[in-house]
Amino acid sequence: MAQPSTSVKKGEHVQHHFVDSDQQFEASKMGMWIFLVTEILFFGGLFLGYIVYRSWYPELYLMASEHLDVFWGAVNTVVLISSSLTVAMAIRSAQLNQQKGLIINLCITIALAFIFMVIKYFEYTEKFAVGIFPGGYYTYDGIAHDQANIFFSIYYMMTGLHGVHVLVGIGLMIWLVVRARKGHFHSEYYTPVEITGLYWHLVDIIWIFLFPLLYLID
Amino acid sequence: MATPEPTNTKKLQVRRYKPEENPKETYLTEETGLWAWMTTVDHKKIGLMYLGSITFFFLVAGILALILRTELLTPAQSFITADAYNQIFTLHGAIMVFFFLVPSVPAALGNFILPLQLGCKDVAFPRVNLLSYYIYVVGALFTLIAIFTGGVDTGWTFYTPYSATTGGNVMMMTFGVFILGFSSILTGLNFIVTIHRMRSPGLTWNRLSLFLWSLYATSIIQILATPVLAITLLLLTMERLLSIGIFDPALGGDPVLYQHFFWFYSHPAVYIMIVPGFGIVSEIISTFSRKHIFGYWAIALSSLAIAFIGFLVWGHHMFVAGQSSLANMVFSFLTFLVGIPTGIKIFNWLATMHRGSIDLKTPMLYIMAFLFLFSIGGFTGIMLGALSVDIHLHDTYYVVAHFHYVMMGGMVMAFLGGLHYWWPKMFGKMYNELWAKIACGLLFIGFNVTFLPQFVMGSLGMPRRYFNYLEQFQAYHQFSTIGAYIMGVAFVIMAIYLVHSLFKGKQASSNPWGSRALEWQAASPPSLHNYHHTPVIINGPYDYHKPMSEFQLGIADSHNGHDPHHQKDIETKSVEADK
Repeated sequence: MAQPSTSVKKGEHVQHHFVDSDQQFEASKMGMWIFLVTEILFFGGLFLGYIVYRSWYPELYLMASEHLDVFWGAVNTVVLISSSLTVAMAIRSAQLNQQKGLIINLCITIALAFIFMVIKYFEYTEKFAVGIFPGGYYTYDGIAHDQANIFFSIYYMMTGLHGVHVLVGIGLMIWLVVRARKGHFHSEYYTPVEITGLYWHLVDIIWIFLFPLLYLID
Repeated sequence: MATPEPTNTKKLQVRRYKPEENPKETYLTEETGLWAWMTTVDHKKIGLMYLGSITFFFLVAGILALILRTELLTPAQSFITADAYNQIFTLHGAIMVFFFLVPSVPAALGNFILPLQLGCKDVAFPRVNLLSYYIYVVGALFTLIAIFTGGVDTGWTFYTPYSATTGGNVMMMTFGVFILGFSSILTGLNFIVTIHRMRSPGLTWNRLSLFLWSLYATSIIQILATPVLAITLLLLTMERLLSIGIFDPALGGDPVLYQHFFWFYSHPAVYIMIVPGFGIVSEIISTFSRKHIFGYWAIALSSLAIAFIGFLVWGHHMFVAGQSSLANMVFSFLTFLVGIPTGIKIFNWLATMHRGSIDLKTPMLYIMAFLFLFSIGGFTGIMLGALSVDIHLHDTYYVVAHFHYVMMGGMVMAFLGGLHYWWPKMFGKMYNELWAKIACGLLFIGFNVTFLPQFVMGSLGMPRRYFNYLEQFQAYHQFSTIGAYIMGVAFVIMAIYLVHSLFKGKQASSNPWGSRALEWQAASPPSLHNYHHTPVIINGPYDYHKPMSEFQLGIADSHNGHDPHHQKDIETKSVEADK
C-alpha cells in the first residue's frame, strides 16, 4: 500500500497542513473508509431490526415479500451494479488524465442513479395506491397476517434510507462533474473522485444485501 | 514486509528550537474579528469555540440542577409543578450528557491539544472540523427550540412507548440529538486519521502521549457507537411521525428493542465521557510527580480494552426490563470485567506517584479529587452490576449517586484538571493559584455533601425522578441541596478567577509546569501554525530523567519526513543536538 514517494513537491491542491500530496491522499482515503464503517453501523441497526422481526414473524416475511416486484428489483440491481462499474471507470479515467472519459463516465453513473430512483418511485406509488403504507397508516388487506405493517415499516425504512443515500451520491457526482469540467482533476490529484467512488460502492453493496433480504425470501 | 529494500536511513540535520517566550504573534492575535473566527479552520480556535459552547450548556444544565435540588428541599411541592420538574430533569440530563460531557474533553480540549501533541499544523480535515462545530450548533438550536415549544419529559433516555406518545416536542429534541451525533462522529473520524497520518518524524506509537491514546480509544467508540444512536433516534422520530410501529407493541413491535438499541450506543457513550478523562489524568500525574508514567503500555492498552468491553455490557441497564436470566448473567459477568482495565489504570497512576516529587498545583489537586471520587463511582458501579443487588437498587437514588460520582466526580474533575493544566497554553495567562485551590476544595466538599447522602437514601429505597418524597428522606435531600449550593459557589469563584486571569493574569511561560510533553514546546499561546519548525521526537513524553534540551529538537524544512512513509528515513539515534 505504502509506496515510497519519489517527489515531495507540493502541488496547488495540497492543503497547507499536509506535507505532500501522498499524505493528503492517504488521509482522505482513510477518512472515507472510516466514514463507511459508520455507515455500515448506521444501516446495521435496521438490519438488526429486520432480523429480530423476521425471527418473530417468519411466515409474515414469506407472505409479504411476494408483494414486492422481483422483476423491477432485479432491474434496479443490474442498474446499480453497472453504475459501480462506470464510477470505477471514472476513477481510472482521472488517473490516466482522460478528462472526457471522466466526465462521460460520471454522467452515465448519474443517469443510472436516476433510473434507479425512478424505478423506486414507481414501486412506491404502486404500493401506496393499494394502501400499503408504513406502520399505523397501513390499510391493505391482501396479506393475511396481523403484523403485516411491520414488514413494510422495515421495507420503507431500509429502502428509503438507501434512497436518501443514492440522492446524496447523485449530488456528489454532479459536484464532481462541475469540478471536472473546470479541469480540477488529473493524475496527480483525483482524491474527490476516488472517495466518492468508495461511497458509491457502499451504496451499491447495501442494495445488494437489501435485494435478496427483502425480495427473494422464498 | 519482506521486500529486500535496503534500509536507507537518512541523517537529519536537527537543531534545537527553544520555544518562544512572550510571543508577539499568536493564534489569538492573528485572523481576529468575528467573521474570521466563525470561518476559521484552525483547530485551536475551533477548540475554544467548543469550549465556550460547552461552558454555556454546563451553566444552563447546572442551573437546572440547582432548581431541581431547591424544589427537593421539602417533601411536598414548593415552587415548581410536577410537570415542570419532569421537563427540568430531562433537560438537565440530556444537556449534560449530549451537549457537555460527550464533547467536553475530545472536542474542546482534544481539538486544541491533539495537533500540538502530534507536532502537526492542524487536524487532517480542518474544514470537517469546523463543520462538526456547526453541526453541534444546529443540533443545539433544535434542542433549544424543543425546550420552548412544549418541552420534553421523557428523561434523557427517551424510552418508548412513553416517548412515542407523550406530549411536548420530543421529535425536535431527538432530532437535535440525532444531528449532534454527526458532530461527534466527524470529530472521532478526524482524530483517528490525524493520529494515523500526521505524526511528526520520530513520533512512533510508543512515544504517543497517553492523552492521545485515550482520544484514539474514544474516537473508536464514537465512530462505532454513534451511528447506532443515529438510527435509533431516526426510528423513534419515524415512530412519532409515521407511527411505523417498530417499537410499538400495539402494532406488533417491541419497546425493549428500543432499550437494546439505545444502550448499545449509550453504554459505550459512558466511556466516550470518561476515557478522555483518563488521558488527562495520565498527563497531569506524570507532570506533577516529575516521573516517568508507570506502566505506559498497560495504561494505553487498557483504554482500548475499556473501549472494547464497553460494547458488550449494554444489557446491564435492562436487568429488570424482561431480559432472559441467561442474558442477565452474561451481561452481569461482562460488566465486572470492565473493572479490570479500570483498576489497572488506577494502580498504575498510584505507582507513578509513588516516590515521585509530587507538586500539588491546582491541576494535580483536581486529579487527586478524581482518583478519590472516581474510585467510589467505579466500585458502586460494580455493585450495581451484581444482579441481586441491582434488583433492589434499580431506579433509586443509588444509581443517581453512582453515575454522578463517575460523570461529575470522574469526568468533570478530570476536565477541570485539564482546563487548569492547559489554561496557560491556551491563553498564555496564569490564574490565581490560591483561589483555584480554594475552588477545587469547595467543589470536592460540595460534591460529596451532595451525592454521598444519595447513596444512603437510594439504598433505603428513595426512587429517582420523583417529584415528591416521604418525610423520612427529608434530611438526606436537604444535605444534598446544601451540597449543590456549595458547588454552585465553587463554580462562581472559578468563573471569576479564570476570567480575571484573561485580563489581569500573569504572563505564562511556554512551559510553566516543566512538562516533557510536546505541546509545551510550542509558545504560550501557540502561533497560528503551532510550530515554526517540524518537531523531531527522540524521547517519550514522560522521560523526566532526560534533559530538556533533548525535547526541543526540530528541522526547519517542513517537507522533510513529516509523514509515516518517511518514518524509516530517520535514524533517531544519530540525531545530535547542538546543546
